[in-house]
Amino acid sequence: MDSIIARTLSKTYRSGKSETHALRGIDLDIPAGELFGLVGPDGAGKTTLIRILVSLILPDQGTASVGGMDVVRDYGLLRRRIGYVPGRFSLYQDLTVQENLHFFASVFGVNADEQYGSVREIYKYLEPFRNRKAGQLSGGMKQKLALSCALIHHPSVLFLDEPTTGVDAVSRKEFWILLSQLRSQGMTIFVSTPYMDEAARCDRVGLIQEGKMLRIDTPSAIVREFPLTLYALSTDRMSRVKADLSGCAEVRSAFAFGTNYHLTFYTEEGPRTCVHLLQQKGHSSIRLEVIQPGIEDCFMYFMKEA
Amino acid sequence: MPTKLARVAFGAFIQKEWKHIFRDRKTILILFGMPLVQILIFGFALSNEVKHARIAVFDQSNDSFSRELVKRLDASRHFDVVSRLDHPTAVQDAFKAGNIRLVVVIPAGFENALRAFHQAPLQLLADGSDPNLGTTVVHYASAIVGASQEELLEHHSLPYGFETELRMMFNPQLEAAYNFVPGVMAMILLLICAMMTSVAIVREKEHGNMEVLLVSPVKPLWIILAKTIPYLVLSTANICSILLLSYFVLDVPVKGSVPLLIGGSLIFTVTALSLGMFVSSIAHTQTVAMFGTLVGLFLPSLMFSDFMFPVDNMPEPLRILSYALPSRWYFYIVKSVMIKGLGLEGIWKELLILSGMTLVLLFVSIRKFDNRLAL
Repeated sequence: MDSIIARTLSKTYRSGKSETHALRGIDLDIPAGELFGLVGPDGAGKTTLIRILVSLILPDQGTASVGGMDVVRDYGLLRRRIGYVPGRFSLYQDLTVQENLHFFASVFGVNADEQYGSVREIYKYLEPFRNRKAGQLSGGMKQKLALSCALIHHPSVLFLDEPTTGVDAVSRKEFWILLSQLRSQGMTIFVSTPYMDEAARCDRVGLIQEGKMLRIDTPSAIVREFPLTLYALSTDRMSRVKADLSGCAEVRSAFAFGTNYHLTFYTEEGPRTCVHLLQQKGHSSIRLEVIQPGIEDCFMYFMKEA
Repeated sequence: MPTKLARVAFGAFIQKEWKHIFRDRKTILILFGMPLVQILIFGFALSNEVKHARIAVFDQSNDSFSRELVKRLDASRHFDVVSRLDHPTAVQDAFKAGNIRLVVVIPAGFENALRAFHQAPLQLLADGSDPNLGTTVVHYASAIVGASQEELLEHHSLPYGFETELRMMFNPQLEAAYNFVPGVMAMILLLICAMMTSVAIVREKEHGNMEVLLVSPVKPLWIILAKTIPYLVLSTANICSILLLSYFVLDVPVKGSVPLLIGGSLIFTVTALSLGMFVSSIAHTQTVAMFGTLVGLFLPSLMFSDFMFPVDNMPEPLRILSYALPSRWYFYIVKSVMIKGLGLEGIWKELLILSGMTLVLLFVSIRKFDNRLAL
């Protein structure tokens, strides 16, 4: 049974004369129990899509339902069954960890102590700080608290809008492990992120750009779809690679990835021409080798081709 | 949602709101410091009551009556006789020197005239460059002269004489506090209820808390109501503390019924709260909410509520504007009950107008609260 369904969702923001098409006909079918990742750059429409799905804003066109409840008509019922962690930190900075948890429990009509079991896995990280004000927690801890508060009423579907933005690498990893645990307990999870490397941790990923869904598939299927040969390049003068390659007509794409550049070429001769050009421009210890594309390479490719 | 859960959620909200208020030192300072400071500043520093005004006397008669009169003027806490003039031209010079507010000119043969004709002319020359001050000192002086004349004539058992009696009804001493205490009450309730409430509600929007709360089963209306309740309680406490302060520190009597006064104040508190709710439904940031209430609400209320400037002397459009301000009606109610001692029969019309305004405002601001996010 599909838990989250959307059909031709569209949303346009108007301010004065300017119009922003945030969503242009989104279709989604997410089965119950799936960990779904919505990946896309800033301004792609991720937040708008999530806000429509949690019934916070109305779509201009199209329909959507979560757990069989229509997001427009059944919003009252729907709001009791879902958990939502918005993009901005939304807890009360001047209340302690424990007070925040108890407050949200009361708001959702449950008793925090009785429901403790449902958040124990996450709350155990916070237990030592339970009397600390939420405003004094680290970014990772804040997110864990926000997650605890969103889970306190045991929702069947959880929505998270960029939960790991501005969180350190270690906490991000921990956070994703927590999400996997929740998924293994049968919860449907819809999470958006601008970090493409996180997409690999999802069951399926949706790639969204300028309000359109470019691809929805499993991470491995998306990687398999990559049609080109990918090369990794390193030289002794990495800072000049971009400028020196800009004149090369053979280069189809060049993105900086960590300490390397990932390149694709239009023709078979491309790699040789490129190395030659770099040698002329004074680069040495040039390494150019074929590598397996990662999911980020695929996203870069699909977004560029779109 | 079952009603028990609704009650629990509502209670949790109010509890949380109290914590917000009591954990923020600035909020506490504004809530409890402001009424105290305003009452004290208006009471002791910003009063338009005249104390120890420097006056001069040109006594051409210098008889026992005139000397007695000057003594009484000097004895009053309103005046200090700082110089005695001996020539008509000195009067002009005294004013030009600038530190004399009033010159009392007593003609020659003052006592004789009083004895013979039971009346004598007396000239009061005031510095009109500050009209309010000028009028006030003339009023004070006339009151003192009138009282002295009466006593002098009685004392000397003169059978005839007529008196001009000047009396400021309800406020014979022209105490400024009688006017500003009701004004301060209106302003404080406006600031606390309208400004603090709108800022508190908008803060939830600005910090993104509203997003989570809206997704909860609690209805937005309850969220908003829960935010207003602590301010309602605090305002009631403030009304009482202002009344106590003005009664014990400023000696302002409460002539009418205290329950009526507090009842009227509660209605106005609800008016101000619904104004705050209204502002918060429009404003998206705390700064906008604050300036909106200050400039759009507080300033007009200060100027057009009959509190600082008499509305009767204003041009027609401004008079009409003043009718639209709830604080104007509240100011009238407080003044009538507290100072004049009127009962319900004297203020029912104003109470009705205020209640009507409140209902309309409540209706409008509740209607404006959406179940969804306004973007």
